[in-house]
Amino acid sequence: MLEITGLGKTYEGRGGVEALRKIDFRVDGGDLVCVVGPSGCGKTTLLKCVAGLLTPTAGEVRVAGRRVTGPPPGMAVVFQEYGRSLFPWMTVRKNVELPLREKKVPAPRRRELVEEALAAVGLADAAAAHPWQLSGGMQQRVAIARAIAYEPRVLLMDEPFAAVDAQTRAELEDLLLTLWRRLGVTTLLVTHDIDEAVYLGRRVIVLSSAPTVVQEDLAVDLPAARDQITTRSAPRFAELRAHVYAQIKQAKGRAAGDRTAGDRAAEESAPPRQVPSPAPRDLKRKTDGRTR
Amino acid sequence: MTRREERAGAPMSAPRAAGLGLLGLACLFAVAEAVPRLGLIDPRHLPPATAIVRRLAAELGDADLWTALGETMRSWAVGLALACCLAVALGVLIDAVPGLRAATASTIEFLRPIPSVALIPLATLLFGAETGSTLLLVVYASFWQVLIQVLYGVADVDPVARETARSYRLGRWARLRHLVWPTALPYVMTGVRLAAAVAFILAVTAELVIGSPGLGLRIQLAQSGGAVTEVYALIVLAGLVGVAVNAVVRAVERRVLAWHPSVRGEVAR
Repeated sequence: MLEITGLGKTYEGRGGVEALRKIDFRVDGGDLVCVVGPSGCGKTTLLKCVAGLLTPTAGEVRVAGRRVTGPPPGMAVVFQEYGRSLFPWMTVRKNVELPLREKKVPAPRRRELVEEALAAVGLADAAAAHPWQLSGGMQQRVAIARAIAYEPRVLLMDEPFAAVDAQTRAELEDLLLTLWRRLGVTTLLVTHDIDEAVYLGRRVIVLSSAPTVVQEDLAVDLPAARDQITTRSAPRFAELRAHVYAQIKQAKGRAAGDRTAGDRAAEESAPPRQVPSPAPRDLKRKTDGRTR
Repeated sequence: MTRREERAGAPMSAPRAAGLGLLGLACLFAVAEAVPRLGLIDPRHLPPATAIVRRLAAELGDADLWTALGETMRSWAVGLALACCLAVALGVLIDAVPGLRAATASTIEFLRPIPSVALIPLATLLFGAETGSTLLLVVYASFWQVLIQVLYGVADVDPVARETARSYRLGRWARLRHLVWPTALPYVMTGVRLAAAVAFILAVTAELVIGSPGLGLRIQLAQSGGAVTEVYALIVLAGLVGVAVNAVVRAVERRVLAWHPSVRGEVAR
C-alpha cells in the first residue's frame, strides 16, 4: 500500500541540513506500523514526505502504486497539535464534515459519516460544540474522527498523543487500536515513545540519528488483541521494548561517535531511561521528551 | 478598601462601571453648564449646556437636519463599504499572488500616510461640491485602515492548519473560504472598526471644507450665520453619531467573532 524507496530529504539553506539520508520500507495494506527514533532524527520530516506535504530531495513515496507528488487522495493525517489542526471557527461537526464536502460526498452520506465517526470516538454529543470548548484529549478525538470520516486508505499520525496527559494517552491508544481493527485502515504512526510504538505497532521501524536511515524493521510478535495492563506487563513486551530501546541508544551512540556536533553530545548525556526488568507494569509513563 | 481592589486590577462589575461612566458625563455636563453661567467664558462663545441641549432638541424636530444627517450617513456607509470591499479584495489578491506582497509593499507605505484631507483640492476638481467628493475622501482614508489589517490577517494562517487543509486536499477556493478568511476576520474587524471612525470623521470634514451636502455643511452654515448654539448642538450630535457608529461595529464584531479568544471569554481548554 505504501512504498518508500531511497527517500532522502536535505533542507536547503546555509550548509543544507540532511534530515533523511536514505529511507526504505513498505507498509502492507491494513498494517499498523510505528516509526520511532531518537529525537531530531527526522521522523516528522519522513511523515510529511509520505503525506506529500514536503517534496523529498531523493527517492520516492508510492501510495497504492502511485507516486506521491502532493497530498494524495485517500490519505488522512492526524497532527500532534490538535488545537491548531482543528478550525476554531467551526463546530466539531463542521470540522469533521469539511474534508467530505471537498471530496464531494453527497450531503446525506456526509451526515451519516460524520455521525458515525463522532460516535466511534465517543463524541456523538459534542457535535455542536466548538473545539475550544473541549479538553485536549477530546479535541484529538475530533481530529481522529475527522480522519476516519474521510474514509482514508492510509492514515498517517504524527505524534498524535504526545500533547495529552498520560491517562488520556492510554485511552486514545486503545481507541486507535479499536478503530484500526474495525476499519482495517493502513496506518503509519510516528512517535518518540518506545512503549507506545511497541504497544500499538504490528511492526516497529527504528530510525537512526540524522542523517537518518532505517536502523531496524522489527515485527512485533505480541498477540493482536492488546490491553494496557496485560500487554504491557507481558514478558515479551518488555523484551521488545528493551530491544528497541537498545537500538535507539546505539543509534544515538553512533551519532555521537561519528559527529562532533555539540547538540549530539548534549542529547547523549540526557538522563537515560531505565532499562526494564522483565516485568515492568507501567501505565504511568515517564514524562521525559514529551515534545519532539 | 474597594478602591484598593480596583487599583489591584480587580475587574469592576458592569453596572458599577456604567454608573461611574454616567457620573463622569454628569460632571462634564455640570462644568459645561457652570462655566458660561459663572462668566468664566463668554456665553456668546460657549453657551450653557442646557441651552445646547434645548437647541439640539429643536434641531431634531427639523426635517432638514435629518436630510443632512442622512446624506452624511450615506456617504459614511457607502464609502466605508466600498473601502472595505476594495481593501479585502486587494489584500487577498496580494496574498494569493506570489511576489505581489513584496512588489506592493513600498507603494503601500508611500500612499498610506498621505492625509486624506490633502486630497480635497483633487476631490473638488473631480466632483465639485457634491457627494462624490465626500466619498473619495472617505474611501481613501478608510481603505488603508482595512488593507493593512487584511494584509496582516491573511499572513497569519497557522502552519498546522494550512498543512491540515492541504492534506485533506482542500482546493484554492475552499482554503480561502474556510481557512484564510476566518483567520483574517479578526484583523479585518479591527480594520473595519478603525475605518468606521475615520470614515465618519472624513465625511464630516469633507462636507465642512468642500461644502458638499451633509451634517458638516450644516455646521459650516450655522457658523457663518453666527448661530453659535446651533454649531455646538450639531457638534454634540456628531459626537453622538460617532458613539453610535462605534457601538454598532462592536456589536457586529462580537457576533461575527464569537469563536475568537478575544470574544469567547474564559473556557476550559
